[in-house]
Amino acid sequence: MKILEVIDLEKAFGGVRAVDRLSFFIEEGEIFGIIGPNGAGKTTLFNLISGIYSPDKGRVIFKGKDITGAMPYKLSHLGIARTFQNMRLFNGLTVLENVLSAVLSKRAYNIFHAVFRTKGYLIGEKEAYNTASELIESFGLTEKAGYPASSLSYGEQRRLELARALATKPTLMLIDEPGAGMNPREIGDLASIIKTIKKKFSVTIAIIEHQMNLIMNISDRIMVMDFGEEIMTGTPQEVKKDKRVIEAYLGEELD
Amino acid sequence: MRFFTESKWYLAVAFVIYIILKALFASNIASPYIQQIIQYAIIIALASLGLNIIYGFTGQFSLGHAAFYGIGAYTSAYLTKTLGIDNIFYYIPVLMACSVISGFIGLLIGIPILKLKDDFLAIATLGFGTLVRVFFDNSDKISDVLGGSRGFVGIPKITNLELVLFFTLIIIIITRYMINSRFGLFLRCIKDDELAASSIGINTTNMKLLAFTYGCMLAGFGGAFYANLYTFLHPSNFDILKSIDFLIIVIIGGMGNIMGTIFASVIWVGFIEGLRIVLPSEILDIRWVVIPILLIFIMMWRPYGIMVKKPK
Repeated sequence: MKILEVIDLEKAFGGVRAVDRLSFFIEEGEIFGIIGPNGAGKTTLFNLISGIYSPDKGRVIFKGKDITGAMPYKLSHLGIARTFQNMRLFNGLTVLENVLSAVLSKRAYNIFHAVFRTKGYLIGEKEAYNTASELIESFGLTEKAGYPASSLSYGEQRRLELARALATKPTLMLIDEPGAGMNPREIGDLASIIKTIKKKFSVTIAIIEHQMNLIMNISDRIMVMDFGEEIMTGTPQEVKKDKRVIEAYLGEELD
Repeated sequence: MRFFTESKWYLAVAFVIYIILKALFASNIASPYIQQIIQYAIIIALASLGLNIIYGFTGQFSLGHAAFYGIGAYTSAYLTKTLGIDNIFYYIPVLMACSVISGFIGLLIGIPILKLKDDFLAIATLGFGTLVRVFFDNSDKISDVLGGSRGFVGIPKITNLELVLFFTLIIIIITRYMINSRFGLFLRCIKDDELAASSIGINTTNMKLLAFTYGCMLAGFGGAFYANLYTFLHPSNFDILKSIDFLIIVIIGGMGNIMGTIFASVIWVGFIEGLRIVLPSEILDIRWVVIPILLIFIMMWRPYGIMVKKPK
């Protein structure tokens, strides 16, 4: 079943067509890799899907529902979560609070419960705390729970961002360059983390990544983009062999 | 009820403060002038707390807080004077009405301007503040009671220590509960990174409006008390300088620090009024040399507010 379908999507900035008549789909339960040179429009594509930009033309269908141009918070409630290329953690909040805020954004006790400290408030807070603590534990951040997010190491911050995205209980997760700035060992860990996420939380994953080892290793299918267009989509094996891909992107790396 | 039991200490401290102040007031150790200043300091704390929600917690820079304080003050002055209210049982609904009106105007203004960020928001709120000040200046053209640039005179004196302390206490408790709940967490998320906040499912537009409206309600509440404490209002009491007073209090009290705001208000009012007593009147204006210098030192010594040594 198609969890996400993108139809003739277009977005231009001034004269530059960042995304140009792009169509593709993502199957439920797969890891869908997106590669392409810098400026190919990959992050713009994520911004269009997650509602940060609205497209000039085209449609985005999520679970059979047209979500084109919907607000980011609404998409989050529908089950689309994302991480950012340049990590956007809440640096003034603790590690626990970062995850807690994402859990609580789904939890509905209203402001009167909060002000009058009703049972509903206490239960809501308690459950959220437990959920957030479990998530932090599964990403190995329990010891840092009370520290500000900004005090974490780079790799830890990446893990925290994944934990925060998962806290929104997504069915589709858009992960933007998780391996950026990581050393080879951390990238090895990352591959297993992403595979575990997929299994444990049964989410579909779309991932942008420049680290070829990582993306070839984890993806079920890969879409190659250049100049806002799709060059090809296929299994990692097919992608590696494709002449157009090698020309546009992989180049000497395969020699 | 958990509302009170979870704030035992606040209630106890407020009670002790009340007993002390009441003793000072009743025995006339505190002159009527000092009594007025003490109540004024608490009123300023209430209004500043509103700005702390807007700016300190949510990061929405407002240079128009005094306008909402003024709207509360003029509304209360008008209602109490024209309706001839002089006892507290009729006064309490008036207070509520002033707060709601300030909040409602905040909401109406907030809908278009909270889309703006940082400097642009500052300019838009400054613009609104100026507009309100000009409105007060010319208000006598609408109704002679309002007094225009001559000032609003003959407002009934109703505000007393009990009322001010009681409502400030209740509002501090409500504010704490709100801030410690998921709503406070969302406000802090928005302050840190609005885009990330919306991507994790926070309706940032609504949350910013909630914070702004609530902050304006507190300003209106404080303004209403102020009108019925001093019995005279002048448009110049609600201009940009007043807005900056509130900003200074929030900053020296510590952004997003509730008790810090309360202490800073008391210190700020105490200091300005205290210098008025200490300094001979011919060199009184030297306050405006001493105070800025002091502010510079406070900012160098405690950039995160007087209550916080270092950021977490």
